[in-house]
Amino acid sequence: MTVSTRRVTAAGESARGRRRERPGPLRRSFGNHWYAWAMVTPVLAVMLVLIGWPLARGVYLSLTDATEANIGRTIGVNVIPASYEFVGLENYARILTSGVFWDKLLWTVVWTAVCVALHYGIGLGLAVMLNRRLRFRSVYRVLLILPWAVPAFVAAFIWRYLYNSDYGVINGFLRLAGLGGVGWLDDPTTAKIAVIAVNVWIGVPFMMVALLGGLQSIPAELYEAAEVDGAGAWQRFTAITLPGLRQVSSTVVLLGTIWTFNMFPIIFLVTRGGPGSETEILVTYAFREAFTGIRNYSGSAAWGVIILAMLVVLAVGYRRTLRSQGDPW
Amino acid sequence: MRRLLPSAAAVAALVLTVSACGGGGGETAAPPAQVSDPSKVSGEVTWWDTTRPDSEGPTFQALIKEFQAKYPQVKVNYVNVPSDQAQNQFQTAAQAGTGAPDVIRSEVAWTSQFASLGYLQPLDGTRAVDQPDDFLPGPLSSTKFNGKTYAVPQVTDTLALIYNKRLLKEAGHEEPPKTIAELKQTALDVKAKTGAAGLALNVDSYFLLPFMYGEGGDLLDVANKKIVVNSPANVKAMETVADLISSGAAPKPATTESYANAMTALKEGKAAMIYNGPWALSEIYQGKEFQDKENLGIAPVPAGSVKAAAPTGGWNLAIYAGSKNIPAAYEFVRFMTTAEAQAKIAKEISLLPTRTSAYSNPDVQGNADVAVFKPIMDTAVPRPWIPEGGQLFQPLLEGYQSLVGGKSGPADMLKAVDEQYRGIMKDWS
Repeated sequence: MTVSTRRVTAAGESARGRRRERPGPLRRSFGNHWYAWAMVTPVLAVMLVLIGWPLARGVYLSLTDATEANIGRTIGVNVIPASYEFVGLENYARILTSGVFWDKLLWTVVWTAVCVALHYGIGLGLAVMLNRRLRFRSVYRVLLILPWAVPAFVAAFIWRYLYNSDYGVINGFLRLAGLGGVGWLDDPTTAKIAVIAVNVWIGVPFMMVALLGGLQSIPAELYEAAEVDGAGAWQRFTAITLPGLRQVSSTVVLLGTIWTFNMFPIIFLVTRGGPGSETEILVTYAFREAFTGIRNYSGSAAWGVIILAMLVVLAVGYRRTLRSQGDPW
Repeated sequence: MRRLLPSAAAVAALVLTVSACGGGGGETAAPPAQVSDPSKVSGEVTWWDTTRPDSEGPTFQALIKEFQAKYPQVKVNYVNVPSDQAQNQFQTAAQAGTGAPDVIRSEVAWTSQFASLGYLQPLDGTRAVDQPDDFLPGPLSSTKFNGKTYAVPQVTDTLALIYNKRLLKEAGHEEPPKTIAELKQTALDVKAKTGAAGLALNVDSYFLLPFMYGEGGDLLDVANKKIVVNSPANVKAMETVADLISSGAAPKPATTESYANAMTALKEGKAAMIYNGPWALSEIYQGKEFQDKENLGIAPVPAGSVKAAAPTGGWNLAIYAGSKNIPAAYEFVRFMTTAEAQAKIAKEISLLPTRTSAYSNPDVQGNADVAVFKPIMDTAVPRPWIPEGGQLFQPLLEGYQSLVGGKSGPADMLKAVDEQYRGIMKDWS
């Protein structure tokens, strides 16, 4: 215990030391608040074990040629020596020079942008609607939150059934209406539309609830004052509602972007990446690298690091932009 | 080495004592070589079964009951794992060293892969393998890796043309088609005269193989370590498939839920013919069109311009090398692959035995489905039993999907598959 406490303190010292030149306040803070440090230590230790170690191991693996066949193990009578080697950036070079990566990246970006735009747009619309006094408001809220309560894999299977080209409900209705059925998941374009529709259905409730919370924190007096000043509905929306929601919006959009970018279950369960590998996004492709046949640990680790790096750059850039526009965080 | 021996013996004695206590027998521990009565073996065997739980599972569970009656000190935990997930789950568990079953029902193509990764217990000369000469050569070849035996063949299968006799008759065909040209004509006649679809295709790599073999093509030339998927013969085969769809003989298949849709179409009489194997029969007989079993016809797959041939499939039983109950697992595998057990499986759910002697069993001879499948089995083509074998199907599936979707022609499709194969098997030419 004491050992780890000291280590944490040392790390804290060097980090703080760069910003403030004097170590004095820190030592005083440790003296005054030693219990706080003691309480933080277990969390830090757990974080290091649960997040730091796998991350470091993943980065290391991505620099080797480790696969399931050469990673080495002893199982019962079978002893297989480890024979993987450090190969530097070879995995990264291979991925970044392959056409597959750029294809998947383009579709992942389109998928993320379209999904988040629809999530936010529809979520905001519903939130504004539900923020007014209307009958059965709580019933609507419960109904609209339902898709979020359904586990993603259940939702994926329901939609898969709805989309079935021969026996699905959607095509059933189309045929009843005298139109031909559509092979929803069999054509790249309709399959892309189909997965986006499923993800929007699943993601809107969260946006709606978060934005509804934001709306309710905007003081009603502002709207009353604006009305007195003769502002129309659209003016009130753009001048009060949107700025009032800004903090909530920036957070949920960032979260939504990261989630959607990595939205594995929908793609994997609804289309399995098909037809061909047209609807495969970066994470599902990385999964396939990792979990088909003899598993390619190093290759999929490299995919993982690339995806992580892109998201970190995105998040940092996004926060910078917001801060430069005067947002506190 | 010599210094290790006493401690190894001590460990072995300890293990035996513990397992004997676990069985509650209270007998004195004896070294394994002197076990005179195998029914005294004790332990707990977890078995991952991959059969369909509703139509096939009960037969296997009944067999387990028989096993337990014979080996009262072995407890069998039956776990049904869907066949499309078992491979992945087993690899994860085996690699992690926890949660892997003692015995797994391994698809023929997985066996060499598992063995190459060190997950399987070598079985040569153990009680798991009884009379190895009795097994059919095709299924037996799938259990070998680097000259050692890592599994015991449980059931074997291949693809056949399965058809609705009534619909064919209404279309004016008493006999099932024997060539692709006849297949196309029959399908078109069915469509014209009955309104049902002719042939329901299942967009899956395995189901593409009969077309390739029919033209004399294959995926790999294992003997010469050559990738031959992009051959003129295979291009011709893909053209045949594309033609079946574009001519209307086969309706454009869905690429998702393709298997289920084709099966439903056959069972409900909405399609007259499908390619499928013996594992599908018990499910097909549940369909309303086949309440009268006589209405179901089974014939060899139609011949291409070279021959009529379908791939060898099937399932083996393999033992996890890290199992704590290896002696019990040996007995379990031995019991489940006896000629009697195979005959029971064949009788009840029409899965094909892997033992020559089982075919002379009256129960097996009395099963009409087995009688039809046996000669087809004799011409079945073994697949390349190499560790990478399991990875060959995904690129082919993607190719098949884009062919069906009209995104790429037969030649482009095979070229793309060929490129992906070269990425998987780097030292092949």
